[in-house]
Amino acid sequence: MQELNSFKKGIIDGMPICLGYLSVSFAFGIFVMNQGVGFSWLHALLISMTNVTSAGQLAGVPIIAAGGTFLELAVSQLVINLRYALMSVSLSQKMGTSVRLIDRFLIAFINTDEVFAIASSQKGTVGRKYMYGLILMPYLGWSSGTLLGAVAGNFLPEIVVTSLGVAIYGMFTAIVVPVAKKEKTTLLCVLCAVALSLVFNFVPQLKAIGDGFIIIICSVLASVIFAFLAPIKEVADNE
Amino acid sequence: MNNFVWYLLTMAGVTYLIRMLPLVLIKKKITNKYVVSFLYYLPYAVLTVMTVPAVFYATGNVWSALVGFIVALIVAYFEKGLMTVALCSCGGVLITELILRYLV
Repeated sequence: MQELNSFKKGIIDGMPICLGYLSVSFAFGIFVMNQGVGFSWLHALLISMTNVTSAGQLAGVPIIAAGGTFLELAVSQLVINLRYALMSVSLSQKMGTSVRLIDRFLIAFINTDEVFAIASSQKGTVGRKYMYGLILMPYLGWSSGTLLGAVAGNFLPEIVVTSLGVAIYGMFTAIVVPVAKKEKTTLLCVLCAVALSLVFNFVPQLKAIGDGFIIIICSVLASVIFAFLAPIKEVADNE
Repeated sequence: MNNFVWYLLTMAGVTYLIRMLPLVLIKKKITNKYVVSFLYYLPYAVLTVMTVPAVFYATGNVWSALVGFIVALIVAYFEKGLMTVALCSCGGVLITELILRYLV
């Protein structure tokens, strides 16, 4: 198989991801400023520049805002971002011969859902120049969008900021629904997760466990149940 | 925000290790079907639990949030891109908020 190793092709492939990230990270910037605990634009920017993960950041910020424990924060990130481990395993099989060990350390930093999806969809293996091109624009988009949201969010009309509040959840919905539509077991797993989440959030004794742990417990429970009830037959090489 | 740097390092450190360790260390494919299945279902379950019920409080008004979520579900069902779904959802909230504020 041929190795795709063009920096320019990587930049081009990364542009749509960059544009998508701009709007979502803009909403994240607003989300941070709306916590009402004295976060500044610098806090928001630093979180985005060091984490580069929408769901993890969205879960982590309220824990920080509430003065949660480091354990709660760490475990929430572990569970929410565990999917990246699977993606990294898969991506490691996709790396061409030009990818050195140092490149793996760097590429891993920005192995997001979308970067992974694009890299995986290439026919042969991918080289280091292509990967650097691919991750550059999304990283700039994610960082600058966060900064813009945190700074300009204050100047936008309140009703617009309110409306942008659902943007991140809209994105999550866009990831889950198409798969749930095609695969019945994923749909059932998702519905099971909804039921568990509602129970944990509306039974006061369970709600007291804390939002971070509730996300962990419910998602792991639903996934374990369905891993045993309906193990998937085969995972495609590039999934 | 005295502890911010430590929170930041915890968050970024855990996230990076998750992404880095498999990419650097694991070369063989995972074959245990239960582990593979668990890892397969997990992201969808996580995103779902993060969305429900938090989405209903995302706008400060349950009704506008509900409309935004339903719009997202419908547009996502037709398999539109992430940005399209997110923006349509925001539009649903905006229109509902305008109606609630100025017409009801």
